[in-house]
Amino acid sequence: MLLKRLSEALGPSGFEDEVRDIVRTELAGHVDGVETDVLGNVIAVKNGASEGPRVMLDAHMDEVGLMVVDIADGSTDGGLLKFRALGGIDPRVLVSKPVFIGKDRIPGVIGAKPIHLQSAEERSKPIPMDKLYIDIGAKDAEDARRVVKPGDVAMFATRFAEIGNGIIKGKSFDDRLGCALLVETLQSSSTPFPLYGAFTVQEEIGLRGARTAAHRIQPDIAIALEGTVCSDVPDVPSHGQATVMGKGPALTVQDAQTIADRRFLEFMLETAKKYDIPVQLRRVKGGSNDFGAIHRTRAGVIGGGISVPVRYIHAPSQLAALSDYEHAKRLVSAILQEIAQGGFWS
Amino acid sequence: MDKHRDTLARLLTAHGGPGDESSVRRLIQEAFAPYIDDMTVDTLGNLIAFKRGEGDGRRPRVLLSAHMDEIALMVAKIEEGGFLRIEQTGGFDPRTLVGAEVLVHTATGSLIGIVGAKPPHLTPPEERKKAAPLADLFVDLGRSEDDVRQRVRIGDRITLSREVYQLRNDRFACKSLDNRTSVAIILETLEWLSKYRHTADIYAVASVQEEVGLRGAYTVVHGVEPDIAIAIDVTFGSFPGIAADEGFRLDGGPAISYGPNLHRKVFQGLVDTAEAHGIPYQIELSQSPVGADAAAFQIVSGGFASALVGIPIRYMHTSVETGSYRDIEKCARLLAHYILQLDMNKVEDLSCY
Repeated sequence: MLLKRLSEALGPSGFEDEVRDIVRTELAGHVDGVETDVLGNVIAVKNGASEGPRVMLDAHMDEVGLMVVDIADGSTDGGLLKFRALGGIDPRVLVSKPVFIGKDRIPGVIGAKPIHLQSAEERSKPIPMDKLYIDIGAKDAEDARRVVKPGDVAMFATRFAEIGNGIIKGKSFDDRLGCALLVETLQSSSTPFPLYGAFTVQEEIGLRGARTAAHRIQPDIAIALEGTVCSDVPDVPSHGQATVMGKGPALTVQDAQTIADRRFLEFMLETAKKYDIPVQLRRVKGGSNDFGAIHRTRAGVIGGGISVPVRYIHAPSQLAALSDYEHAKRLVSAILQEIAQGGFWS
Repeated sequence: MDKHRDTLARLLTAHGGPGDESSVRRLIQEAFAPYIDDMTVDTLGNLIAFKRGEGDGRRPRVLLSAHMDEIALMVAKIEEGGFLRIEQTGGFDPRTLVGAEVLVHTATGSLIGIVGAKPPHLTPPEERKKAAPLADLFVDLGRSEDDVRQRVRIGDRITLSREVYQLRNDRFACKSLDNRTSVAIILETLEWLSKYRHTADIYAVASVQEEVGLRGAYTVVHGVEPDIAIAIDVTFGSFPGIAADEGFRLDGGPAISYGPNLHRKVFQGLVDTAEAHGIPYQIELSQSPVGADAAAFQIVSGGFASALVGIPIRYMHTSVETGSYRDIEKCARLLAHYILQLDMNKVEDLSCY
């Protein structure tokens, strides 16, 4: 299953190799060309020489992860690995989670001093990242160095699964859901205009890959496909929920990097209505996606963001509704169809 | 001995909170069966497996006990939207639960869930400096409220969901190393004893409800009336921030406990055995009753000679408790050799001060 393979692939920002390989394999035979640029973005094109607006669909390949920065060499910590976050990770979700380091999937666990030995003062606070280590079972630093070196990257060891009522569970749905949407769209679509698929790098550390990809593609219209924050959980007032799981893909109105182009947002909303696809507006100002970088390239680009709501985003085990994923796919396809029929651009 | 490693892996990934140990007990019954003469289960659910010693007349009676329960949670309330509020049955650090995968054990099967907390972007900076209490956490089953209400009942048990991760140097990580590793120690001890002749009668016990207050230990020792009651339970592995006398080296051999709660002559017998057989060991000092079944053993009925041994594990009471199988083997060798040298003279000497 494509979603499973993408979710379980290793790809912290700057180390997206496994995702890149999956994407290229999936696209072979379905597109007219696939290139990689100097940053590592994968850019696929269909019907590149044709007339009409150049449409860019974007999904980022990277995930938030960890980087090993030091191998401890003391009497009580010898062989334990110090790490830092690669991208935005809430330190509170790290304790007691298994991770895999590198492409060899060296297993390790993140542990801390047990509750029994913590003072009341210590217990009342979250455990900061500098008190955490990855433990690979090494007996000392020399032993650890045989398999790990500073700079190696790690990801959560979370298995993908379908649970509950049509819900998928896994890691890195931000933005492997977008990658899957983009792969499936490129595999199935046939447009009379040039269609570009950009699988970008380094979104999680500042929308970096999307800038150069958009510059290269020079799109007239661009849409970022994302997994976005969903907090429809207890104790969160409606206005803070951002999105609701199962209510359809979320469209960005305003986030930390983008104010949606009103004309394109209306076009997407009307298209959703016409094709009877449920959508919701993303009701939070924080966060961002690649469109924040894309719309500022060259002389500016029109477009927007379509996101699948993801509960516990950036945490080891995330949840998303398959129905939201399918509706996002239908919406992207409907938008391409409308543009093909002269909608929005002409 | 790989078969016992496989058994341990099955025990670690089995689910059994305090008072709900039956599925773990079944696995232990199967594993113990080839080595023992008789097996009973007492009223509270303690498993008592008997291996007869050689010879007629009064033989030393040795109880080896490992608690089989694990720390667990319980469904306390079903919230709007189908989210579950939870309560402790054992001592979780709530901070280690955020983002964890759990299994909710319902009457019609076990459901995967994720422990959620208020998301960081909605948590004010001041509040982010405080650990979320258990009451603020919830379990998300990815199901509609109607579906949840049909399946889940208040009081349903929740345990951690975790597979076993094989680490370097024969170390491994999973939930429930506290205290299923000690069940594996008993199993390896029985394996050793099956190859030798011993005069002591062995009562191999898997006790219940240790995590909520050593409750199984009280009744099981009353029923067995052993001469020596040895609790086998995990201790803390060394880790930055843990005091030198409270953390023990992984792969450094079993920790043998010393202090007022433990019988000095049994302690010395264990240390002498380790020395005589070249088994690495560590000494754990206690100044008050230990947090293990041995605290009960000493004071039930007319009192029993108690001891405590066990392997160090890191990250106790989390889903990634980490230990070394080599320590399990060393601990089993120690117990087997200690039992082999026991005779009635040594037993009678326990009351001579």
